[in-house]
Amino acid sequence: MTAAALLILGSAFMLLAGVGLIRLPDLFLRMSATAKAATLGASLTVLGAAAHFGDAATAGKGLVIVFFLFLTAPVAAHKIGRAGYRRGAPLYEGTICDEAKGSLPRDESREAPSAPTNVP
Amino acid sequence: MSAAAVGGFTALAVCGVTVLLAVVRLVRGPSVADRVVALDLLSAVGVGVMAAWAVAADDAVYLDVALLVALLAFLGTVAFATYAEEGKEGGQ
Repeated sequence: MTAAALLILGSAFMLLAGVGLIRLPDLFLRMSATAKAATLGASLTVLGAAAHFGDAATAGKGLVIVFFLFLTAPVAAHKIGRAGYRRGAPLYEGTICDEAKGSLPRDESREAPSAPTNVP
Repeated sequence: MSAAAVGGFTALAVCGVTVLLAVVRLVRGPSVADRVVALDLLSAVGVGVMAAWAVAADDAVYLDVALLVALLAFLGTVAFATYAEEGKEGGQ
């Protein structure tokens, strides 16, 4: 029963991350949706599997997966966000604060949506 | 069918919908970084699918697959982001 509840809750969080990936307006908001909601969802699902089997070996394996997910997801999200910012991914017009402005080189020409670069 | 197996199959169905949403973002882009984010979500969903399938099939060996998917997905995401950041000037 606990396992089923954790599995459904975890997959619901991953579904929320997918909805956020579709609906949110710019790269950085989408990245925050997948980095947090999807990591929590996958971790809850793995914990549900660990609760279902119930023996120490499987529970340990599940905890290792959760630890690894929580260790790597912020690093991966930071790398993607940094790469997108440096490539000049457009910011949402409602953005209040851009703390990286001026400290990270930003090349607007590489991701400009209105300027196709493959025309010779 | 036990309650846990029903939960496992329900989670698999929900994960399928999430995969569709991620593929929509993967196709629509618009930038390379958006596609990498969509791939990152796909890999997280892959971990969840493997865990849910381990419960549905009542076989703990699928958790090893989940561990491997998590590990390789992280390496792939970091490699992709490094390439996108340091790529050629003005190149695709």
